[in-house]
Amino acid sequence: MKNYIVIDDTRCKACYLCVNECPRKLIKVSNKTNKLGDRIVEFDDKDGACLGCAMCATRCPDMAITEVHRG
Amino acid sequence: MQVFKIPEVFREDMKYTFCPGCDHGVAVRLVAEVLDELGLKEDTIAVASVGCSVTIYDFLNLDTIEAPHGRALAVATGVKRAKPDKFVFTYQGDGDFASIGLAESMHSALRGENLTAICINNTTYGMTGGQLGPTTLMGQVTTTSPMGRNAEYYGYPIKITEHVALCDGTAYAARVSLDTVANIKKAKEAIKSAFDVQLKGLGFGFVEILSTCPTNWRMTPEKAHERVRNEMMPVFKPGVYKDIRG
Amino acid sequence: MELVTDKKILTKGNYAIANAAVMAGCECYFGYPITPQSEIGEFMSGKMQELKRAYVSAESELAAINMVIGACSTGKKAMTSSSSCAVALMQEGLSYAASDELPVVLVSVMRGGPGLGNIYPSQGDYFQATKGGGDGDYKLIVLAPSTVQECADLTYKAFYLAHKYKNPTVLLADGMLGQMMEPVVFKDYPYPKVDNSSWALDGANNRDGRIIRSYAPSAHNQCEFLQKLHQKYKLIEENETEWEEIGTDDADVILVSFGSTARNAKIAAKMCREKGLKVGVLRPITLFPFPSKRLSELSKQGKKFISVEVNMGQMINDVKLAVKDDVKLINKPVGIPPAPVEIVKQIEEYYASF
Repeated sequence: MKNYIVIDDTRCKACYLCVNECPRKLIKVSNKTNKLGDRIVEFDDKDGACLGCAMCATRCPDMAITEVHRG
Repeated sequence: MQVFKIPEVFREDMKYTFCPGCDHGVAVRLVAEVLDELGLKEDTIAVASVGCSVTIYDFLNLDTIEAPHGRALAVATGVKRAKPDKFVFTYQGDGDFASIGLAESMHSALRGENLTAICINNTTYGMTGGQLGPTTLMGQVTTTSPMGRNAEYYGYPIKITEHVALCDGTAYAARVSLDTVANIKKAKEAIKSAFDVQLKGLGFGFVEILSTCPTNWRMTPEKAHERVRNEMMPVFKPGVYKDIRG
Repeated sequence: MELVTDKKILTKGNYAIANAAVMAGCECYFGYPITPQSEIGEFMSGKMQELKRAYVSAESELAAINMVIGACSTGKKAMTSSSSCAVALMQEGLSYAASDELPVVLVSVMRGGPGLGNIYPSQGDYFQATKGGGDGDYKLIVLAPSTVQECADLTYKAFYLAHKYKNPTVLLADGMLGQMMEPVVFKDYPYPKVDNSSWALDGANNRDGRIIRSYAPSAHNQCEFLQKLHQKYKLIEENETEWEEIGTDDADVILVSFGSTARNAKIAAKMCREKGLKVGVLRPITLFPFPSKRLSELSKQGKKFISVEVNMGQMINDVKLAVKDDVKLINKPVGIPPAPVEIVKQIEEYYASF
């Protein structure tokens, strides 16, 4: 089973703390915007590199990363 | 296997109203995770305070009373004395705990009130726009210290945990930081310990959480964590200052 | 001091209040010492511990009133007691308690003010109690005993009304009542139990967490809330206004006086009757709600009013509003109430002015 995270777009406030936190750099600034017009993040893991380490979710101050699955 | 989920103690469909990158969100989540893990939701009466911390009742699905500014621990004392079988904690900022509420805070620790206080230290009054507070660092520029904090006009910042640890009624006192994921995990352990001493009936439990205020610090969330590391942690040294459990 | 439950004793007003509070089922007492009411805290410190109830020697009056707020949020009967300049410190808490709709009971034993003032009796905190020193549009229920027996009886009532209306309630005594001794009988608490299960904090068990708050970021919601709050005050006015009348039916002049001062007003009225002057007394027992409606009725019968107070004239404002006429003031700025002969002298001067 692939590791993955779930991002709730409505919770992301575009602080980008997760972008640097991800050891595999799988979270990127997307072209989607939140209510304030800030560009929110997206999970981009085409190669299945996610470790399921949950560092992004632990770091996110807004619980925008609502789920982390490992294995 | 799901290794991260939103704690069950949160209200359904809640969304934080904190500024982007604000560590309050992490601190409240850690409290929620510990409440979940210890199964305390139904036995808890929480006390909210004035400042950005006031909104916790919008997020946590707990019986909660909001205290006037600085009076959280007096209100909590009343709650706990009236209902000793309930789990009682306060969630306060440094201004609430250590400036306007210093008397209530210290006397709760001195009396050894069997409850837990969580204090967010972000070196400023966040909700009112970033004024100088009791923990503002020397040299720090705020809207009321435009030339930076100096001793002549403002005196010195308070090292809260050290003072709380000195009180005979304190069972547990720790200072933690949220600047890294590793430290976030340590912070959660500290909250768990501060809750544990209450559950064991040992006395006052206290955790000071060093956190960011990117908006009022005029910094990106990333830079704000660097400031916690480079400027706050050397003055407000993290660690467990007292734990009578040994 | 023993708890007295069934016999007539001679005791001070302060002890009568404390004894009655315990009898009323007060489960939590929080206080800070101040003359002339310290006997209340002294009595409670021992009694509450003996009965395994909650007692805290608070670090300040600020802390004390907020401890009461905390205890009341769980639905328990809780109280504090204090005096004038220290009740001033509690105003913030009273405003919050009114907004939170919590059954806080405060015993306020007035002394001389302003500032530190002195420890003589006074009625200088009529405004403080009835008009509020805290922020916002709120009302406290205010009960004013005139005898030591009433100190006990109205303490029971204070707990009942506080819980019935979920509203902070003040027992407004003064240093004279607190310190003087009179015979008093403690009956059983006469009021029904008030159900608080719909709002008290007890842990969110099989329901959503309850929030007791005053923070109201929305102006619209605050408008609705204030309307609701004031409907409650109106209901209290309709149901709970209490006063005593003596010889008002045929009176030309009615002395309006509360608390310990009303005792001398009553004697003065009797002395006036002996001199052939038709003088009656109306003694408000509740200061909020104030017996405005009754005063208005009596005014429409053409009667004149004199407000007798130990302050510079505070309640007189409420009398004037009720009777819509000039009202004479007989007062003493501070201290024991004006002597009956002094009151009679001024009443005679008043008659002579017509």
